[in-house]
Amino acid sequence: MSLLRAEEVSKRFSGLSALDAVSLTVAPGEIVGLIGPNGAGKTTLFNCLYGVLAPDGGRITFDGRDLAGLAVHRRARLGIGRTFQRIELFAGMTVRDHLLVAERARRGDGALWKDLCNRSRPTSDERARADATLGLLGLDDVADRPVESLSLGRGRLVELGRALMIEPRLLLLDEPSSGLDHRETDEMADVLDVVRRERGTAILLVEHDVAMVRRVTSRLYVLDFGQLIADGPTAEVVADARVRQAYLGDTV
Amino acid sequence: MTDLVSYAIRGVPIGCVFALMAVGVVLTYKTSGVFNLAFGAQAFVSAAVYYETRVRHDWPIWLAFLVAVVALGPAIGYVLDRALFRHLRTAPPIARLVTSLGLLVAIPQMVQIWFGNSPAYNPLGIAPDPGRIFRWGEYALDANQVATILVTLLVVAALTVLFRFSALGLRMRAVVESPRMSELTAINADRVGSSAWMMSSFLAGLSGVLLAPLFAQVEANAFFTLLVAAVAAAAFGGLSSIPLTFAGGLALGVLQQVLAGYLPSDSVVSQGLRPALPFLVLFLLLLFWPPLRGIGRAADPLAGVDPPPPAPAATVRSSGMTTMTRVLAVATVAGFVLAALFWFDAFWLLLFTKGLIFGVIFLSITVLTGMGGQVSLSQAAFAGVGAFATGQLVENFGLPVLPTMFLGALVAAVVGAVLAIPALRLDGLYLTLATLAFALMWENVLVPQTWVSSGPLGVDVPRPLVGPVDFTDDRAFLLLCLVVLALVGLLVLLVKRGTTGRYLDALRGSELAAASIGVDRTRARITTFALSAGIAGLGGGLLASQVGRATPTDYVFFLGLFWVVMVVTLGDRSVQAAITAGMSFLLVPELLSRIDLGFLPEILNPADNPAAIASILFGLGALTYAKHPEGILELQTRRSIERVNTWGAALARRRSATVDASDGPDPAVANGPGGPR
Ligand SMILES: Nc1ncnc2c1ncn2[C@@H]1O[C@H](COP(=O)(O)OP(=O)(O)OP(=O)(O)O)[C@@H](O)[C@H]1O
Ligand SMILES: [Mg+2]
Repeated sequence: MSLLRAEEVSKRFSGLSALDAVSLTVAPGEIVGLIGPNGAGKTTLFNCLYGVLAPDGGRITFDGRDLAGLAVHRRARLGIGRTFQRIELFAGMTVRDHLLVAERARRGDGALWKDLCNRSRPTSDERARADATLGLLGLDDVADRPVESLSLGRGRLVELGRALMIEPRLLLLDEPSSGLDHRETDEMADVLDVVRRERGTAILLVEHDVAMVRRVTSRLYVLDFGQLIADGPTAEVVADARVRQAYLGDTV
Repeated sequence: MTDLVSYAIRGVPIGCVFALMAVGVVLTYKTSGVFNLAFGAQAFVSAAVYYETRVRHDWPIWLAFLVAVVALGPAIGYVLDRALFRHLRTAPPIARLVTSLGLLVAIPQMVQIWFGNSPAYNPLGIAPDPGRIFRWGEYALDANQVATILVTLLVVAALTVLFRFSALGLRMRAVVESPRMSELTAINADRVGSSAWMMSSFLAGLSGVLLAPLFAQVEANAFFTLLVAAVAAAAFGGLSSIPLTFAGGLALGVLQQVLAGYLPSDSVVSQGLRPALPFLVLFLLLLFWPPLRGIGRAADPLAGVDPPPPAPAATVRSSGMTTMTRVLAVATVAGFVLAALFWFDAFWLLLFTKGLIFGVIFLSITVLTGMGGQVSLSQAAFAGVGAFATGQLVENFGLPVLPTMFLGALVAAVVGAVLAIPALRLDGLYLTLATLAFALMWENVLVPQTWVSSGPLGVDVPRPLVGPVDFTDDRAFLLLCLVVLALVGLLVLLVKRGTTGRYLDALRGSELAAASIGVDRTRARITTFALSAGIAGLGGGLLASQVGRATPTDYVFFLGLFWVVMVVTLGDRSVQAAITAGMSFLLVPELLSRIDLGFLPEILNPADNPAAIASILFGLGALTYAKHPEGILELQTRRSIERVNTWGAALARRRSATVDASDGPDPAVANGPGGPR
């Protein structure tokens, strides 16, 4: 039984076919890679899965439920977390606040009257959970700094932490290692491993860094010009001649 | 059939002007991303100059037209682009909106200063022989109408040539897609921007001069009201297609005249429907017109690389200083209240009370703009809803005044929530346009109804009487206002610090990311709108009660714009700033009226013209918003705190240096940057 299932998803942008009948599945607790050259349609697929864009055709189900017409925040509440290729942080908020606001949103608790009774300060339980995530990501030392002061690598970790706070069953990560150096990329891969092992979170990972893809993913889809050109176990796909030509440029 | 055609023909000239205005609005929106709210004000400038030269100085038509439209129009556009909008191309949308709002507030007053306050009756058109009637069979148009149609045809031809046969049209489109991207490519965005602004401002001037003969007198407000029709036409074109925009303008003009012809002029429906048409059309388009869908969300691919905003003052000051400023603030407020109670005369007492009431009203802008990141042009309407609802409920049902004020606030909140329903679909700019449509509809259609306002003099709202306390006593009423202000301030503070406030912070930071953690944008937006409208309504009721009646003139549309400008200029992020703004709203004109600069001509002398000068000051003040979105107060606070911190550091260093010297030489410190040598 797969957790996420996309069937024949298509999307056109005024003449340009960004996605052409793309199908993929993600099972609970597995890390699946999605690779492809620039402009292949990876981010577009993510946006369709996430409800930011409405696909022109096809069906997307999560945990057996059809997602058609469901708003982004509802998909989040179903248990799909996400990070962004172009980093999206809340300007002016501290790292800890990023996690706390996500934790509050997970609890779905936004009643105005609680604000008015001054009942909406973070509880010790919420703080403990935020601290645990901070610890997991190694962000304790910057917890109270505003996000603007962080490096891009740390910023990506904050995004991941924020997504983790909603306890997703599926994480969509769009190039989490772009802009990171080797050490930071390794750290990111470590974190993803831990997340999958300890929380059983399934991950769909768009990634250009082949070393990272090889290390963390068990299966791989390859997208080129909006079409799936290969899929299967990571090692086999990476060895595939067509993939090497289309994407890896025969350098691996 | 003949009737229909003749009504339709009558609608063509006005439709032409709507179309010209709409095209002007779209041009700058497409090329510089600025939705120019000041477009109507620019039209007014040219209309006034044309009137001054043509009527008051009896210049020939061609000369007056040359000066007022051909020269002045583009010149204004050039200046606006060079001085302001060119630098805002990569600023957040709200900064551009606030800038044009500031101009909308400042420009008409500047013109008025030059133009004089005496009414300008019977404006002339551009036709040499205005009395002449052109007839085709049973259809007739007067000379000005024919001239309008001819001029429009000329402009259309010129525009078509420009877009078809020049590279400019193509470049303009590239600039719209991504200003940053086209900065990186060879396209000279500056040149495209300034030609668009010059063209647009020319159209503004032209439509101003063409419109003037429709009115009994040249007066700024009429132009804003008509701008809504132009905005509706622009919305019809999806804010991007110029031919569709043009068609929309024309259609609206025709539709309006046809409706006017067919609906019996004395029925309630037609009295309500006719003036409401442009607003209704705009509203419906915003809600249902597919080309508008999703436009607001199309992000600049290179957006988000702006430098981070400066840290709020509160975070850079030490806790000792925080305590000190708090004590000082409490002392100041207490001092003022005591002075008001025991020392102020009746005049200052009233003024001070009014300042408190405006503090309440302005907190509604703190909620909506500062916390919610939305610009509303209907705050005056919300205040009016609160005031008139209070008045009608008290008058018709004999309810006690004080609780009814809160009921009035509730009515306003409901109206605000209903208005926010477009938020289900609309983003920033469109929401602002929806508030514009609502505000003008409220003022022009609903307020004149007797069930709303009981006529132009308004409806009585007595002072409250609670048990033994009679608030007709001005000092008692002052205390009441103070309590209400404190309560509302506390409410805003709690919401700001609470979950709602943090959701709003997240939404302002990134709507997409906020949705990705499950924050419901629609719900947050409806909450802020309802809360803001409710607060404004409460303030409106209080104001009515202070004056003794709710009068339409106290809640006119334009005041609401001025309020927004005032609050964002001084600071929309904090409760203190809103209260300061409320006080300044009354005190600044009052102080200005005491500055007697007798050597200036009467019209420039603050003592003679305080309100206009205050409008100009704050309107121009709003132009600083793009640079300092935190507001002047916050900016100055931060600067002075930083200064104090530097002094403190210097002092500490000197002290440690003297201590070190007495303890014997310590090379590490002595050679440090702060060391004595
Ligand atoms: N909103 C949009 N409007 C029009 N075209 C778009 C839009 N978004 C993406 N595209 C186009 O769709 C294609 C796929 O883009 P997408 O961003 O999905 O690629 P990607 O695989 O994520 O590439 P990258 O590796 O560079 O991130 C590209 O040609 C892009 O130009
Ligand atoms: Mg991408």
